[in-house]
Amino acid sequence: MRVALDLWTIVAVSAGAFFFLAGTVGLLRFPDALTRLHALTKADNLGLGLAVLGLLPRAAGLLGALKLVSIWLLVLLASATVSQLIARVARREDSA
Amino acid sequence: MNTATVFGLAAAVAAGLGTYGLIANPQPLRKIIAFNLLGSGVFLFFGVVARRSAGAGFGGDPVPQALVITGMVVAFSATALAVALLLRLFQASGSATLRPNAPASTDSGRSEA
Amino acid sequence: MGLGFEVGLIVLVLGVGAWTIAARETFAAVIGFATYGLLLALVWVRLSAPDVALTEAAIGGGLTGTLLLGAAARLRATEPADAAERSGAALHMVAGVLAATVTGGLAAAVLFLPDPAPTLAPAVAANAPATTLGNPVTSVLMAFRAMDTLLEKVVLLLATVGVWSLAPDRLWGGRPGPRHQANPDGVFAFLARLLPPVGIVVGIYILWVSADDPGGAFQSGTILAAMWMLAMMAGLADAPPVSRRSLRFALIAGPLIFLLVGLGGLWLGDAFLSYPVAYAKALILAIEFPMILTIAVTLGLLLAGPPEREPGR
Repeated sequence: MRVALDLWTIVAVSAGAFFFLAGTVGLLRFPDALTRLHALTKADNLGLGLAVLGLLPRAAGLLGALKLVSIWLLVLLASATVSQLIARVARREDSA
Repeated sequence: MNTATVFGLAAAVAAGLGTYGLIANPQPLRKIIAFNLLGSGVFLFFGVVARRSAGAGFGGDPVPQALVITGMVVAFSATALAVALLLRLFQASGSATLRPNAPASTDSGRSEA
Repeated sequence: MGLGFEVGLIVLVLGVGAWTIAARETFAAVIGFATYGLLLALVWVRLSAPDVALTEAAIGGGLTGTLLLGAAARLRATEPADAAERSGAALHMVAGVLAATVTGGLAAAVLFLPDPAPTLAPAVAANAPATTLGNPVTSVLMAFRAMDTLLEKVVLLLATVGVWSLAPDRLWGGRPGPRHQANPDGVFAFLARLLPPVGIVVGIYILWVSADDPGGAFQSGTILAAMWMLAMMAGLADAPPVSRRSLRFALIAGPLIFLLVGLGGLWLGDAFLSYPVAYAKALILAIEFPMILTIAVTLGLLLAGPPEREPGR
C-alpha cells in the first residue's frame, strides 16, 4: 500500500512538473502577451493541481489535505484574476 | 562542504551582488533594490550560522532566526522610508536622480514643495 | 544526490539576483526582486528555518515587491532620462572591487566559522518550559528577547511618523495615497471581496498556531495588511486620514499593551517583561493580538505612503 501511494506521489508530481515545463515553454515561445498568459494560466494551474494531488497521500491528516487543496484553490483564484487584469492592460496597450 | 557552507557562500555572493548594484547603478530606486539584496545576503549569513548551531532537537539555533525575523521587518520599514523620500524628491524637484542641478523631466508637473 | 538540489537552487537564486542588478528597465528589476524573495524562501526552508521562510516570502518578496512596484510605476516618467544616465567605467571598477572584497570577506568568514559551532539551542530548550510554548522561535521572540520585539514595534512607529512627515504642510493629517477606483462589477473588485475574509482567517490562524508550529505575529500581521491593501486598491475601502484617532490608537495599541505587560512583570514579578509561568501563554497571546493589529496597520500605512489628499475628501 505504501509503495502504491509513493508511486502515486512520484507519478502525479512528475506530471505536474511536466505541465509546469510546458507552461514555461509556452511563455518563451508564444508570440505575444495574451497567448503567453493563456499558456501560463492553464498549464501552471493544472501542474499545481497535479502536484497537490500527488502530495495528498503524504498530508498530515484530513486537515492537512484540506489545507493543500485550499492552497490550490487560492492560487487558482489569484492567478485567474491577475491574468484577466494583465490581459486587459495588454490589449489596451496593443490597441493604443 | 555541507548544506550550510554552500548556502553561506551563496550568501556571500548575494551580498557582493548587492554591493555592486548599490554603487554602480546611478538610479536611486535601483540602489534601494540593491540594498535589499545586500540585506538578504547578510540575513542568509545569519541563517547559515543558525543552521550550523543546530542542537537540542531543533533544526537550527532559534536565536539568530528570531533576530533575522526582526531584521527583515526593520529592513522593510527602512525601504519604505527610503521609497517615500525618493517619491518626495521626485514630487519636489521633478526628477528622481541624485545628480545635483538636474533638469526636470518633461512631463512631470511641478508641485508645491 | 548529495548537494544537487541545493546547488541548483543557489544557481537559480543567484541568477535571478544578478538579473535584478543588471536589468535595464526598472520594472523588470522589481519583478526580478520579488521573484528573488520568493525563491529565497525556499532557501530558508532548506536551512530548517520555516518561520524565517514565511517572513521572507511575505515581507521580503510580497510587501517589498509591492512597494517597489508602486514606486517604479510612479517614477515611470523619469525612466528615459535616467536610463540614459550611466556610471563611468571607473565607478564600475570601484564597485566591482568593493563587491569582490565583501564577497571574499563573507566567504572567508563562512569557511572559517568555528567547528563545533557555539550554540544557544540547549539554553533555549532548557528554558522553553517556562514559556509553555512549543515553537522555540516564538518563545525567543516573545519571551527571551521580548525587549527586541518591543523596540522593533517602536522602530516601525518611527518609520511611519517619518513617512508621514514627508507630506506637504497643508496635507498633514490627510489621506495617504490616491483614491483608487476599480469597476465595482469587475474581476478585481470580485477578488477584493472574496479574498479578505479568507485572508483574515489565515492570518489569525498563523498567529494562533505559532505557539507550537511555524508561524508568528509578523507573518500574520503582513497577511492582514495585504488584505487591507487589496480592499483599498480595489476601491472598496478608502485610506483613512492619518489624523483619525482610531487609526492612531491602532498604531500604538501593540507596543502599549506590550509595555504594560512588561511593566506588570516588573511590578508583580521578577523583572521587566517576565511572565509568571502559569499565565505565560495567556500573557503572550494577550500581547500578540494587539500586536498583529498594529503590525497590519503600520505595514499598510508604510505601503500607502505619505498623505496626498486633504482629510475632508
